[in-house]
Amino acid sequence: MRRHAAARFAVLATGAGACGACDYRRGALDPASPDAMLIQILWWVFFWTAAFVFTGVLVALAVALYRGRGRATAQGSSPDVHPDAALERRTERAVLAATALSVVILVSLLLASVFGGRTLFRSPHAPLHAKLVAHQWWWEIQYHGKTASDLVTTANELHLPAGVPVDVELASADVIHSLWIPNLHGKRDLIPGHLSHLVLRPARPGSYEGRCAEFCGLQHAKMDLRVIVEPPAQFSAWLTAARRPAPPPATASAQRGAEIFARGPCGMCHGVVGSKASASAGPDLTHFASRAWLGAGALPNSALNLRAWLEDPQAVKPGVQMPPTRLPAGELDDLLAYLGTLR
Amino acid sequence: MTTASERTQNDAREDARLRDELAFTWQLARGLRGWFSETNSQVIARRMLVTAFVFFALGGVEALLMRLQLMQPANHLMGPDRYDQLFTTHGTTMMFLFAVPVMQAAGIYLVPLMIGTRSVAFPRLNAYAYYTYLFGGLLLYVSLFTNTGPDTGWFSYTPLSNSQFAPGKRVDVWSQVVTFTELSALATATNLIVTILKLRAPGMALSRMPLFVWAELVTSFMVVFAMPAVMLASMYLAMDRLVGTHFFNSAAGGDPLLWQHLFWFFGHPEVYIIFLPALGMVSSIVVTFSRRAIVGYLPMVLSLVTTAFMGFGLWVHHMFATGLPQIGQSFFTAASMMIAIPSGVQIFCWIATLWRGKIELRTPLLYVLGFVAIFVLGGLSGVMVASVPLDLQVHDTYFVVAHLHYVLIGGAVFPLLGGVHYWFPKLGGRLLDERLGRVSFALAFVGFNLVFFPMHLLGLHGMPRRVYTYRADAGFGTLNLVATLGVFVLGAGLLVILVNVLRSLARGPVASNDPWRSATLEWSLSSPPPAYGYVHLPCVTGRYPLWEGGIAGVVRDMDPRQRQVLVTSALDAAPDHVYPLPGPSLWPFLAALASGVTIVILLFTPWAVPIGTVLGTICLCGWFWPRAPHEPLLAEQP
Repeated sequence: MRRHAAARFAVLATGAGACGACDYRRGALDPASPDAMLIQILWWVFFWTAAFVFTGVLVALAVALYRGRGRATAQGSSPDVHPDAALERRTERAVLAATALSVVILVSLLLASVFGGRTLFRSPHAPLHAKLVAHQWWWEIQYHGKTASDLVTTANELHLPAGVPVDVELASADVIHSLWIPNLHGKRDLIPGHLSHLVLRPARPGSYEGRCAEFCGLQHAKMDLRVIVEPPAQFSAWLTAARRPAPPPATASAQRGAEIFARGPCGMCHGVVGSKASASAGPDLTHFASRAWLGAGALPNSALNLRAWLEDPQAVKPGVQMPPTRLPAGELDDLLAYLGTLR
Repeated sequence: MTTASERTQNDAREDARLRDELAFTWQLARGLRGWFSETNSQVIARRMLVTAFVFFALGGVEALLMRLQLMQPANHLMGPDRYDQLFTTHGTTMMFLFAVPVMQAAGIYLVPLMIGTRSVAFPRLNAYAYYTYLFGGLLLYVSLFTNTGPDTGWFSYTPLSNSQFAPGKRVDVWSQVVTFTELSALATATNLIVTILKLRAPGMALSRMPLFVWAELVTSFMVVFAMPAVMLASMYLAMDRLVGTHFFNSAAGGDPLLWQHLFWFFGHPEVYIIFLPALGMVSSIVVTFSRRAIVGYLPMVLSLVTTAFMGFGLWVHHMFATGLPQIGQSFFTAASMMIAIPSGVQIFCWIATLWRGKIELRTPLLYVLGFVAIFVLGGLSGVMVASVPLDLQVHDTYFVVAHLHYVLIGGAVFPLLGGVHYWFPKLGGRLLDERLGRVSFALAFVGFNLVFFPMHLLGLHGMPRRVYTYRADAGFGTLNLVATLGVFVLGAGLLVILVNVLRSLARGPVASNDPWRSATLEWSLSSPPPAYGYVHLPCVTGRYPLWEGGIAGVVRDMDPRQRQVLVTSALDAAPDHVYPLPGPSLWPFLAALASGVTIVILLFTPWAVPIGTVLGTICLCGWFWPRAPHEPLLAEQP
């Protein structure tokens, strides 16, 4: 009961409106890694300090107003050009004291920030490597193994093992993007011509929202990265499955779909390991059907949505580089059947 | 032997004669040609103020449209292309076409009146600056209304803004608008610096200058150092796009980060360029309505100067996410946090002044109180974004949108609106309605916080900036709805101000010289002042001349048949010599037109450079063509 009241108070105090806060994904305020946790602790240190300073200033202002109004009533409004020197000195000393206090507060915050930052970027040893390449407007993800055939290429879904640091290499294929997974870490820009690294240390299994944070053109809004943190055993199982080529199409319809994919417009840009399609300009589709979203967060991945997406991607995600797929209705059904087998 | 009363009568007759002669010498040019040749600094400043507020309204409408689009998830009011043009134009308008020009216009109008002179030092340069600014703004809006508005953000990061990813003319328009309006800002800053340092009334030593004039002086120096960086950057960008240089192309040895350094080396000082003059307005208002001298004049001045220096040392906090080395980041974190100290000192001094004052709670002071609350909150969230770890979470999110609007609207627009209510009698000659003023303040204050406070939370919850839409399951709907509803409250507050101004101009009570019983020189003039300002240039013996027994003495024996100003020494304002100012001329307008034509041709071909050189040379020859030595404008009176 008391907790409920406290929550209501928080909602009122933050101006969030009637219990809208209950169903929020709380992003940076819901850390799922030691790094995000550190930043969150620092956030609350800064927040409460700021709240203290803000209250102090407003109280001082209110008292000043009260006293000043009172004096105006008592003494009229003749201007005071040469105030009493002793009183003026006292006032200036008060200003000096407030300034000194501000300096102390700021220096403390500075130290907290600098030491927090040093802990944050003390690169731990990372046994797993992944590479993230940002494109307009999707994410290409690669896991390198011991041999070349172990390479896994996927898109828009980053799988990570819980409790294992992962060294993510970051690059951009076109313009500047920025990787942001608020539950796991702060941002890191992906700048063409600059390689960079970010070590992610997810601790709590779950599914998290990542997205591009740097304005990167028309579809900056729809450039999401779904991050799936799993227990290490589950992650290994996923990785092993991801290394396998796409299963050969079983039904006749799916087989026709595979043909259409390879010789038709799809194969110009997309690749499916284990088929004739090997292009890499667009997202790799080897295990496409197991992904939750279409078009980097544009639509949930369902047969209905996929049809709409294929027929007119521009209606769903205006500006996206994918052209509409113009096929007779039967062929489109075959293509959808094939895409549905890519698990 | 004359009696005292005869002497007074003689003086009055003499003053009347002087008024007539000055009015004749300084009369405004007439007709259509006259309208374009006018160089009187009050007239130009008024036009500049009106223009800036028109751009403010346009930028506000853009903001309203964006808020309507974001009101609910997956909204279909507009697509990404229109949205990107809107937020780019909104940012560019508010920074380049409203905030900087409006503060400079306030300086151009008020500084000569406050320091006791007749005009700015370079009236023709002033007219040129106004027209370049106007043409730059028109170019931006012509392109927006023809659906070729810039769409890469007001920061226009490369390579998104290079010719590969931004084909067409949109970014070219943006870079020319920036170059052009910053040219105007530089010209005005130079003008203000010289005016303030050389044309002050005799006796107005630097230590007696009103704090608003100090703020304009410091700001103008910042403009001189900051604007060339962005002009250079925008010219590099234009060259990359137009003639294939590779300043920002990493594939050819350039670097996209160079753009960010150049842009933010200007971009961060820009914030202080916008809000230092506003702090000067706050000081004027606080002094007048607490009926006492400011507490800590010297610390106030030093704070302004310190802010100006430090403002150039923290641009990298816009680039923490690019992954610069740790030690460098710590330096910029320290600088970004410590710049809160001079701002804090000023806040403390104002509170102390109110504490020891006799407060008259009028509308201008209400806006100042609102400013303190909003600005302190914005300053505190500024300390947060100065911290590298925190910034990595909130950078490029709605938290920063909230922060920057708290700083810029709270720190600059609220004082400006207070200033509008305060100085309106001096501008419009009539009083604003106090009741409407209070209503406008209440609406603006509540509306502002409704719009921008929820954005802090949106950012922390994960909403990035510059997105034209968001998914329903993201959970951003409620707070965005609150923010959009707040816009209507804020907008209503601003509309009430507009109504108040129009109503007052039509039938407001006529203002006396000094309706607030203020301390500074501009209030010794009629409202509005005549084109020549002062009949006799005043002499000054203190910081608050009108509170210290009125104007201490006057300068006599200046020739009223010439547009003369008195040049004084930079530190102590000791009279040095009389300097004649040029009269109206069409050439500044023509020169601005030539620059405008050049800039437009430059959108298409580099041949604009030689064409512009020829046009510019012709105009400057006309501008500086030697005149015959001065002939008295009036025949000797009998």
